[in-house]
Formats: sequence, C-alpha cells, structure tokens
Amino acid sequence: MNTEKLRNFLGSVPLHIVIIGFCVIWLIPALGLMVTSFRPVQDANETGWWTAFSEKPGAAEYTQYCGKCHGEDGSEIAEADLGDTEYIESFRRSLQIAATFNREYNGEIHLAEDDRPDDQQLADILAHLRRQTGLDERPQFTITNYEDAIVGYRGTTNYEADCEAGTQSVDLTCDFAQDLTNPRGMALAFRNSLFVAIPATILPLILAAFAAYAFSWMDFKGRIWFFAILVGLQVVPLQMTLVPISRIYFQLGIGGTFLGVWLFHTGFGLPYAIYLIRNFMGSLPRELFESAYLDGASHWTAFLRLALPLSMPALASLAIFQFLWVWNDLLVALIFLTGRNPVMTYQINNLVQSLGGGWHLLTASAFLSMLLPLIVFFAFQRYFVRGLLAGSVKG
Amino acid sequence: MSTVPKIMRQGQIAPWLYLAPAVLIMLFYIVYPTAYTTYLSLRDKDSENWATESCIEGNPCWGILENYRYALTSELDTTNFQTIWRSFWISSFGNNIKWILLMVTGSVGIGLLMAVLADRVRYEALAKSIIFLPMAISFVGAGVIWKFVYDYGTGNVQIGFLNAIIRSLNGEPIAFLQTLPINTLALIAVGIWMWAGFCMVILSAALKGVPNELLEAARIDGASEWRVFWRITIPMILPTITVVVTTMVINTLKVFDIVFVMTGGNFSTDVIANRMYTEQYINQQTGRGTAVAVVLILAVIPFIYLNIKRFREQEDIR
Ligand code: HEC
Repeated sequence: MNTEKLRNFLGSVPLHIVIIGFCVIWLIPALGLMVTSFRPVQDANETGWWTAFSEKPGAAEYTQYCGKCHGEDGSEIAEADLGDTEYIESFRRSLQIAATFNREYNGEIHLAEDDRPDDQQLADILAHLRRQTGLDERPQFTITNYEDAIVGYRGTTNYEADCEAGTQSVDLTCDFAQDLTNPRGMALAFRNSLFVAIPATILPLILAAFAAYAFSWMDFKGRIWFFAILVGLQVVPLQMTLVPISRIYFQLGIGGTFLGVWLFHTGFGLPYAIYLIRNFMGSLPRELFESAYLDGASHWTAFLRLALPLSMPALASLAIFQFLWVWNDLLVALIFLTGRNPVMTYQINNLVQSLGGGWHLLTASAFLSMLLPLIVFFAFQRYFVRGLLAGSVKG
Repeated sequence: MSTVPKIMRQGQIAPWLYLAPAVLIMLFYIVYPTAYTTYLSLRDKDSENWATESCIEGNPCWGILENYRYALTSELDTTNFQTIWRSFWISSFGNNIKWILLMVTGSVGIGLLMAVLADRVRYEALAKSIIFLPMAISFVGAGVIWKFVYDYGTGNVQIGFLNAIIRSLNGEPIAFLQTLPINTLALIAVGIWMWAGFCMVILSAALKGVPNELLEAARIDGASEWRVFWRITIPMILPTITVVVTTMVINTLKVFDIVFVMTGGNFSTDVIANRMYTEQYINQQTGRGTAVAVVLILAVIPFIYLNIKRFREQEDIR
C-alpha cells in the first residue's frame, strides 16, 4: 500500500514539474515588473530586480579586490581615501575608477590585468563604497516611483526631493492635489481611461441588448442573414475604418474628444456584443415567453421584465469584456484621443518611446495601468471565462 | 435559428425599432468605412487623384492598383529570385506568416498542454488563473513587461532577466529586440504569453465535456493514457480546436500593439497592421496606408467566411 502510494507520487512528479514550470515562466516577467516598480531609481536601473531581496553586493568584492591595500574601511591609503565621502562622490561612474587601474603609482601599476574586477563587480564595489560613506542611503523598497508616475515627474531624482529642494520642473506646482492634474501624470490618465471605458461599456451593452432581443424573439425577414453578416463583422480589422472615421471626426470637430471614442468603441463592440447576448437570450426557455404572451404581455414588457433580467450573466460577461477591451486599447486612443486626452496606454507608450532607460517610472506606470484590470479580472473571473466560452470569436 | 412562438409574431416594423440604433452605428462605423477605405486605396497619397497619377515614368506601375504594388512589393529586393525570397521573409508579410505559424501553434499547444495537465492536479484553478492572467492586461503593459525581460545592457551590467541568465551561464548577452531573426521570435513569445490562457480556457471546457465513461472504457480495455488521448480525446475536441485555431489566426493577423510598443516595426520586425499605421500616420500616405489595410482584410476574409459557415452549421443543429 505504502509503496504504491510512493510510486503514484513519484509518477506524478514530472506532471507537477511541467505545470509549476509553466506557471513560474508565466509569472516571472510580471514579478520583475512589480518588484522593479518599488525599487529606488538607481537600483532599478542599475541592478537586476532579482537582487532586490538579497544582501546588497559589493562588500565581498571590495574585500577581495581592493581591501588588501586600501584597508577594510577604505582609508588605509591617505592619498586615495576611499572612506571619504567627498572623495567618493567625485567618482560618479565605475568607469572612472576603471580608468585609474592602468595608472602607475610609485612605479607600480595600480591593478594588474589579472587582479581587476569585471564591470559588474566594479559597479557593485562603487555602490558599496557610496553606501559605506553615507552617500546613498536608500531604502530597499520605496513608493516614490508611484508618486512620480502619478504626478508625471520626469526628473533625475524624485518628486518629493525636487519639491523640497525647489528644483522641480515648471509643470509641477508641488501642491500634490494640484499636480494630480498634470497632463503628463498617470493620475489624469487614469481618470481619462475611466472616462473612456465606462460609457464605452454601457452604451454598446444597452444597444446590443435591444438588438439581441429582436434577433432572439422577434420575427422578421432576413433574420438569419442579418445575423450571419453580424458574425462576419466581428472580425473586420480596426485598421479598415480608421481613415474614413478620422476624416468625418475632423469635419465634425470631434477629433480628440471622448464622444468620438465612445461611439467608435460602441460601433466596434456591437457585433460581438449582440452575438454573445443573442446566444444567451435565444436559449432562454420558450415556454416562459409564450406564457407571458398568453398573459397579454407585449414585446416591450417581455424584453424589460423577462429577457433582460434573465440575461444578466451574459450582460455581466460582456460588460467585463468590453471594459477590459476598451481599457487596454491603444490604437483607438492613439488616433482618436491623441495627447489631448491621454489615457493610460497612451502615456505608457509615450514613456516607452521617449524614456529609454527609466525603468522605475515605466514599471510603476505600467503596474498602475494594470491594477484595475487585474482587480476586475480576479473579482469576476467566472463571468470572464463564461463570456469567452459563449462566443469565442472576437480577438 | 430558433423559431419565434406564433403568438409572439409582430409587425415588420417593431423589430427594426429594436435593431435600428445598433444597426445604424455599425453601418456608420464598420460597413461604410470599409467601403470608403477600399475606395481610398485606389487614390493617391492625398486622395486627390486616382492612384495611377502617382506612377513615375520608367518605374513599374500597376495603374490604378499602384498602391497595392507598393504595399505588396516595396519591401522586396527584386534583384534576383534569391534576394526576393530572403527579403520576403523579413518583410511585414513574411513576418505575419511567421507570427501565424509560431504563435498559433505555440499558444494552442501550450493551452492544450496546460488544459490536459492541470486537470489532474489539485491546484488546477490556481495554475489556470496564472496562465490566464496576462489576458487581463493590455498589450502595452505586456510590452513593457517583456521589454524589461529582454533588456540588453551595454557593457557587462545586465538588468534584463534573460541576459542575466545568459551571463551567469557565461554566454554572450543578446540584444533580443534588435538582432535578426531572434527579435521576431522574441515578440511572438510575448504573443504566446498573452494568448495561451485564452486557448487553455476554451480547450479545457471542451475537455471537460468529453464523457468520462468513454475514457474509462478505453482504459479498462488496456489502452495507454497516451493512446486514449490521441484516439479519443483529440477527435472529440477537434471541432473546438478548429475554432480556437481560426480565432487565433485572426488575432494574429491583427497583431499591432506588441510590435508597435516593443520595436515600432524596426529591425525587420514589421507586421501588416503596424505597417498600415506607419504608412498612414507617419508617412502620411493615405493611398498606401489604406491599401495595406485592404490587404489585411483580404487576408481575414477567408476566416469571416469560415465563421459564418460554422455559425450556419450550429444553427442547423439547434
Ligand atoms: C596593490 C594595492 C592596491 C589595490 C589592490 C587597489 N589599490 Fe587603489 N590605489 C593603490 C595605490 C598605491 C594608490 C595610489 C595612491 C596615490 O595616489 O599615491 C591607489 C589609488 C586609488 C584610487 C585613486 C586614483 C587616482 O589616481 O585618483 C582609487 C579610486 C582606487 N585606488 C581605487 C581602488 C579600487 C576600487 C580598488 C579595488 C578594485 C583598488 N583601488 C585596489 C593601491 C591599490
């Protein structure tokens, strides 16, 4: 009995390894983003996020490569006092130190080729020296990145520090409440994203419910054909419609406005929305409707009192879908909202294109933009999955 | 389509009252623009003349289809057959084909694998949630996440996860997003990361629909797990696999954000949807941009047809 149990267990080990392996691969990239978003600027951009939890590197390397001459605290050699704050501050980059290795002191080369630390180690050593001399006393984790992202700070230190020193850029007032409305900030983008996504979710939902009712419980010529066309419309690429719509918007003067985007998302969300709700409404029990009619109900009451309430699960699925779809959209925001009303995806894309190395800001902003979708996702996973299964067509 | 109970029959106007708002909006936002875009693709860059006018004496010209000549051939190096072949595979069309082949097999394969395996462990729900998670976030967010994973540091300091691994194995760090041909593969991996969960969820539901007695019977007959899977499970869920594959092909054809955010289509990673954006909004070439869009919808049309066909079949079964 026991050996059989053991054998079963051993047999299932590869199974667990594969599953857990995939889960780990799936999680690690996201974990990197999250961890980095909480790390101080210098750390985030200079050391790997996986080192965040370990002892800061550098001390051991210092002892190994430099300690025997410069001493444990760095002040053994008076001409080059590595324990002196001001002296260390003059070395901003580890390359500056690397450049001294070829110098000769008292006829001897500073560090022979074989005794030199490599670039990474030297960077760690410098970081260690800066910490030791009290230059970089920074916490392991911080939330300043989030502050910076929210108010749209783009400087080299952080919002709080700049505001204390009075060196903030002109677009910041250092009144936090007021800076929340900075057009470069994620706070405003968050508000804009909500402002886009909520109406662009409700509007198609309502229109689709009406149309789905007609497709399910009303009789008209060409019903099947119209519905077939609808199925086809679901996969028309967005790119097909951008140019004509931009032109019309331009003529109507609603380019860059929320109204234009709401309607656009409604138009594109409808085919799938109708399809999904119809599949659900159409499969409600017939007898229910028949008896309602025998009792003298009209289509309007049947729609309002029967079809709508009973289709709530489908409507919920759809609401989640459409919300995530709109919230996560970049292309439509890029073309129809532009920088006039920047949403979160738009801001992040801007950061990616312009900021190159500012991983602390980028990761914090990206994480902010994922917060709401993730909450929605975890809270309503059931509906989300159900919606997927009901109409696995739209992408 | 289910027939409507007799007593519920109504006049011919009532349905259209329910349909009108949705239909009008769809006409305005999908049908009309599609037609107009097709027209614009035959016009020149400012839509002022027919595309024929933009032909240059002595250069190849396809007349009114000039923009299509540009869309289809401008990325090709036509010196000889070999250069055409080679340049095709790094053009937006070649890349889209790579995307389709690899992303569809990758995400459907991993999705199926996870659906089958997770079914057998107690932490099924958790494992599936994790694989499914990326579906909730934006392509832009995913772009940032993976750009960070692929980060290539100059010098020896590597803060990108992959290059740090490579370095710890004493390998030479790789500029993943700039180096051909690995950059397109790197982008496709992001796509798989995003979409495998979608495939998994749908396939998993189909798997749960396979009657247990059938599998048990085969097992009692002495068939191995492997055989049961290939001979019974797979044929049973084949229709669902087809649906997932078609859906994924369509999604892949439309891939835009990942490429746009991570490489901007540079370093020979362009795809059709991104090229449309470049021609239209960066080069300001309306004729060419719309022609690329039309090529894109032409590629999608077979799948529109498939979808409708499948829909008709489903309705017949109902
Ligand atoms: C073999 C002994 C020895 C070792 C090992 C050594 N140093 Fe030095 N270092 C010296 C001497 C000697 C000087 C010269 C002091 C003077 O200016 O006369 C010096 C000078 C320096 C200076 C000042 C250079 C300048 O000219 O401005 C720096 C910075 C420095 N060392 C850093 C390091 C670091 C970092 C390490 C470890 C990687 C290291 N040293 C290892 C002996 C050593």
